[in-house]
Amino acid sequence: MLLDILTADKTLFSGEVDSITLPGSKGQFQVLNNHAAMVSSLDKGIVKTQSKSGNQTFEIKGGVVEILKNKVVVLA
Amino acid sequence: MANLKEVRIRIASVSSTQQITKAMKLVSATKLRRAQNGIVQMRPYAQKLNGILANLSESVDVDSVKLFFAERQIKNILMVVITSDRGLCGSFNANVIKLTNKTIKEKYFAQSENGNVSVLTIGKKGFEFFNKTTLPVISEFKDTFLNLNADTGFEIGTKVLSDFRAGKFDAVEIIYNQFKNAATQILSAEQFLPINKASFSNTTAKNNDYIFEPSKEGILEELIPRILKTQIYRSLLDSLASEHGARMVAMDKATENAGDLLKGLKVEYNRARQAAITKEISEIVGGAAALSS
Repeated sequence: MLLDILTADKTLFSGEVDSITLPGSKGQFQVLNNHAAMVSSLDKGIVKTQSKSGNQTFEIKGGVVEILKNKVVVLA
Repeated sequence: MANLKEVRIRIASVSSTQQITKAMKLVSATKLRRAQNGIVQMRPYAQKLNGILANLSESVDVDSVKLFFAERQIKNILMVVITSDRGLCGSFNANVIKLTNKTIKEKYFAQSENGNVSVLTIGKKGFEFFNKTTLPVISEFKDTFLNLNADTGFEIGTKVLSDFRAGKFDAVEIIYNQFKNAATQILSAEQFLPINKASFSNTTAKNNDYIFEPSKEGILEELIPRILKTQIYRSLLDSLASEHGARMVAMDKATENAGDLLKGLKVEYNRARQAAITKEISEIVGGAAALSS
C-alpha cells in the first residue's frame, strides 16, 4: 500500500510499504494491506514501516492518520 | 563648480552603496525562493487536514471544539501582528502597523479605550513600534524568522489557542502580509478566532464510511487545533516570503536610483575635469604670450 508521511515542513516519507505500525491515541496498532477506511488520531511516538527494501522508523509528535483504499496518509 | 576631488569621493561612495544594494537584492532573491519553497511544501499537508475535516464537518458541534466557533461577548482582544525582524524592505512593516492601528480604531475602539486590546508581536519591527505605545504587548516570541519551521509556528499557535481557551481573549485577529508574488503583497487582517464557520467547512463532505478512532469528537479535538496552528504557520511563511519579496523590490529600486545618481555625478566630474584642463591651457597660452611679447 502507499504511505505518505507529511509534516507542515516537508514530506518525511512517500512510497510503497507492506505494513505500518502507528502510535494511535488508544494504543499502538498496525495497518496491513486492504485495511478498512479509517481516521485515527495519533499520540507522540514512533511510526514503523516495513517493506521489501527494509524497515524504517519515524518519530512524530502526535497527529492524524487517514487510511482509505490502500492509501495511508499520516499528518504529523 | 564642485572641485574634482569632492566629486570623485562622492562617486566612490555612491557606487559602493550600489554594490551593497545589489548584493542585498540577490540575497533576498535567494531567500525568497527558499521561503516560497516552504509554502509549497506545506500545501499538501494543509489540504489533507481540510480533507479529513470535510468528512467530519457535520459533527463540529461537539463541546470540546464548540468553543472555537462560539461568538462570545467580545471584551478582550488579541492582535497578532506579524512584521519582519529587519528593515530595508520598503513600506512592508509600516503597512502592517498602519493596518493594525486602523483595525483597532475601527473595529475595537471601545475595547481599546478600556485597555483591553493586547498585541502579540512577531518580528522585531512590530515589537519596537508597539512597545512605545500604551497597548499591552506580549513579546515572548523572538527571532521567529531566524529559523522558521513548523515547530516555531505551532508553538505560537499553542500559546494563542490556550489563551483563547482560558478566556484571556475573546477574539484573535492576525495581521500580516499575504504573499501573492515577488512584487505584490496583499496586506490582510484576518479574524483567527472565533472561527468563522462558513469559511471553515466549505469543502463538500464525502462519505467514505470511515471508522473513527477513538471517536469523531476525539479526532476533532486533535484536528481543529492542528488546522489552526497550521494557519498561523502559513501566515508566518507568507509574511517571510513577502518580506523577501518586498526587500528585493526595494533594493532593486535603490540600485536603480544609485545608477541614476552615478550618471549625474559622472557628468559633473567630467565637466569639472574639462574645466580644469581648459583653465590650465589658457594659463599656459597666456604665459607663453606674455614671454614672447
